Amino acid sequence: MSAAPLLEVRGLRKHFPLRSGVLQRTHAWVRAVDGVSFDVYPAETLGIVGESGCGKSTLARLILRLIEPDAGSVRFAGEDVRGASADRMKRLRRDMQLVFQDPHASLNPRLTIEDAVAFSLLVHGTSRAEARERARALLGRVGLEARLYGRRYPHELSGGQRQRVNIARALVLDPRLLVLDEPASALDKSVQAQVLNLLADLKAERALTYVFISHDLNVIEYVSSRVLVMYLGEIVETGTADALAQAPKHPYTQALFASAPSLDPDRRLERPPLSGDPPNPIDPPSGCRFRTRCAFAMPRCAETPPALRAVGEAHDVACYLYEREAIVGAPTGCTHSGPGGDSDLRGGQSNEDGTRRDLRESRAGHGTRAPCG
Amino acid sequence: MAVTTALPRDLDAAGATPISYWRTVAWRLARDPATLVAGALLGLIVLSALLAPWLAPYDPNAGSIRLRLAPVGAPAHVLGTDEQGRDMLSRLLWGGRMTLVAGLTPVLVAFVLGTALGVLAGYVGGLTNTLVMRTMDIFYAFPAVLLAIAISGALGPGLPNTLISLSIVFVPRVVRVAESATVQVKSLEYIAAARASGAGVPAIVRHHLLANVLGPILVFASTQVSLSIILAAGLSFLGLGVTPPAAEWGLMLNTLRQSIYVNALVPALPGLAIFVTSMAFNLLSDGLRDAMEIRT
Amino acid sequence: MWAYVGRRLLLAIPTLLGASIIVFAMVHLAPGDPIAAVMPAESSQAEIEATKRAYGFDKPLPVQYLVWLGRVAQGDLGKSIATRRAVVLDVRDALANSLVLALSSSLLAFALGIGLGLLAAFRQGRLLDKAASAVAVVGVSVPHYWAGIILIIVFSVQLNWLPAMGAADDPGVLPYLRHIALPTLALALIPLGVITRVVRSAALDVLNQEFVLALRAKGLASRRVFTHVVKNAAPQILTVLGLQFGFQLGGSVLVEAVFSWPGTGYLLNLAIFQRDIPVLQGVILVLATFFVLLNLAVDLLQTLVDPRIARH
Repeated sequence: MSAAPLLEVRGLRKHFPLRSGVLQRTHAWVRAVDGVSFDVYPAETLGIVGESGCGKSTLARLILRLIEPDAGSVRFAGEDVRGASADRMKRLRRDMQLVFQDPHASLNPRLTIEDAVAFSLLVHGTSRAEARERARALLGRVGLEARLYGRRYPHELSGGQRQRVNIARALVLDPRLLVLDEPASALDKSVQAQVLNLLADLKAERALTYVFISHDLNVIEYVSSRVLVMYLGEIVETGTADALAQAPKHPYTQALFASAPSLDPDRRLERPPLSGDPPNPIDPPSGCRFRTRCAFAMPRCAETPPALRAVGEAHDVACYLYEREAIVGAPTGCTHSGPGGDSDLRGGQSNEDGTRRDLRESRAGHGTRAPCG
Repeated sequence: MAVTTALPRDLDAAGATPISYWRTVAWRLARDPATLVAGALLGLIVLSALLAPWLAPYDPNAGSIRLRLAPVGAPAHVLGTDEQGRDMLSRLLWGGRMTLVAGLTPVLVAFVLGTALGVLAGYVGGLTNTLVMRTMDIFYAFPAVLLAIAISGALGPGLPNTLISLSIVFVPRVVRVAESATVQVKSLEYIAAARASGAGVPAIVRHHLLANVLGPILVFASTQVSLSIILAAGLSFLGLGVTPPAAEWGLMLNTLRQSIYVNALVPALPGLAIFVTSMAFNLLSDGLRDAMEIRT
Repeated sequence: MWAYVGRRLLLAIPTLLGASIIVFAMVHLAPGDPIAAVMPAESSQAEIEATKRAYGFDKPLPVQYLVWLGRVAQGDLGKSIATRRAVVLDVRDALANSLVLALSSSLLAFALGIGLGLLAAFRQGRLLDKAASAVAVVGVSVPHYWAGIILIIVFSVQLNWLPAMGAADDPGVLPYLRHIALPTLALALIPLGVITRVVRSAALDVLNQEFVLALRAKGLASRRVFTHVVKNAAPQILTVLGLQFGFQLGGSVLVEAVFSWPGTGYLLNLAIFQRDIPVLQGVILVLATFFVLLNLAVDLLQTLVDPRIARH
């Protein structure tokens, strides 16, 4: 981690306008990604986790400049991606590739998978014969022997096979960075594991760097060396996968761990899992965006958003609970303190809209202490 | 879902040939009796129009007043003669050429131009889209027949003017379909994947977009052929299309109209030809739509 | 929803203006001097000068357009070359006749088409369904001007039951009905085909929805299912009805020409024959305006029936 970062993201922002009314004026903005900064170091896997709608996919597309950001910068190996000319951009695209979530929509139904993979090479001027040869070789590497599968069309393949094609297509240009946007989420559990293992093998073989995006904390924990937790377009916590698993700091991270089904009895938390849907990113809450679902919300949370600050080595969190003066009342110590607790809080949480007040009451009903006090 | 459907294929993967989309469409078309009959009929009509110079027993424009309005089945004139004593069979064969040209050309023009404009508007979006689509909307202010008559009426009679006015009728329709198909396909991930690979707009449009929007556009265009034929013949019927003495089904219907009191069957023949041709095109486009599984 | 209504109203304005531009351009599309397009050939020099000034032919095109639009807005559609009568008078009388014909043929087509379409949907795959599909294909494929001629051959020439031409000279309802019967029938064919088709597929969509299948499986009375289907398919059917009525107005040109029915189509036909561009312009402008307003009404009505559309 001492090496220079491969990818540097600074203050990235993307708001989508919402138009309506007689003249289709913009009346609101969807704050998909709002001031996100992070680094990705060579050979690591950075996991990005968050609920659906938190801006993960937008972030992936911003990194690859498939959509233009409103503000902020992306640097790849020291080179400014946002300001790159068309020529530079085309070259940069060889180094950064994206694997998509939806194995159905991400393959052109009119191309054989061999042609789909070879297309990228043709774009970059490789001869047709060589492109086909390399595509076939790579298809074989991802487990789709070209002799059997190369001339097939996507609709003749299973979801897992299609995702393998997606991976091959992303790798055929020999990229250094692979952004994986929920690469296994649409697949069955057993297939999911195969795909994840394939990705791990490929990473080792080709010295790849991954940015791995998922809503599934178990998957993120399994594949990532470092994790970044997103909530409504913002980063709320970052740290090593181990640090986050052992001592999640942000109430949102804690809630994510609590709601992720885990077989590990040591991993049971007494924090209530999340209830309700995240608030609308069109009109996010003031101050800390999580406060409307947070059991520890304080008056000041509504005022100014908390900044990311270090709470450990390479472990940052954006929460007022961890400011020096507040650290006494922080829930840090009680992460594992509740012996057993009631791990099945979800059953007791009948209210679906999950307003803060209800959350508190239901917590009280289970006899847990107020913010660890 | 997709996992289970593909499993049986894995077993015999070695021997299987890939099933391309068009192969599937052809397979389905070949198994639809209505489509086959319509296709065969249409083939016959097109062939007889093409071969009119060799098939027609008489000069379509030569007639004698003595032989006016001979009935169907008359000796030497199987389908009778028209009000000027010209052989109906010959005129119907030659007339088919005119009607087919006048009906098919505008749809062909619309298919090419409309696809180009629609894909442009749909892919570029923004102001270009607004400009193109709002302009097309204007043509929707007229029912098809009226627009064709308005333009033909102003331009005057003649085959070229018919082709122009009907093209103007059909281009906006194709543009709408092409635009909406393009917008839909453009949002799919494989287009984003192609962009991520560094492909430029021309390559994306050529290899990824067109292949996926041409199907729906083609089906739509095929549904318009029958209307185009009816309109083309209709313009001639009104005296706005092909000019006499040329043989054209609509024009023949017009000139024979006054003779229905003398001979009821012969004047009905050109219209019957329009009807059968138009129906064959409709059945064919229905079959195509079903085979391509496109909902319209 | 009101925002949508407002937007839809605003959108109709450029469409109407665009249509007026096309109609205006007709004079200039016509081959030769535009003045020849709007004046009788034997006009005197003074008349020609006067018309030139009135039309503003000496001014640039955009000015000419505005001048023309201003006159149109005041109800002045120019003078007919053939009759020298104000076009607006001719159009007014013709429009009334055309509306009656469009209405009668629409009613016939709607009633038959909805009935046939629903029957076909409830008897999917059976003989009746196939018959309805055949009617639909024939309806949309038949050149209606030819159908008109066939009707004349059968009912006027052979059977001598109904008059072949024109509107009734004698007063009274029966002669009127006798005259309008055949054009109505001929004009109803296309919308009959279209409506049968749309109603059938709309009803099938509802029938094949899972909850309806469940209702039927539970043995819900077929009358209730029927009501349900009609209610759910209504918005789609309504749109088609509105559009078809609009097409009837424009589409009647050819049928009116066949039957010499004194409507806008007949007027157009005359104008084409006499190359009477002002009449041509007047009729087309009025019909286009009518058509745009009708589309607007259909859209708005549809939002009332199904407010989800406004959100689209």
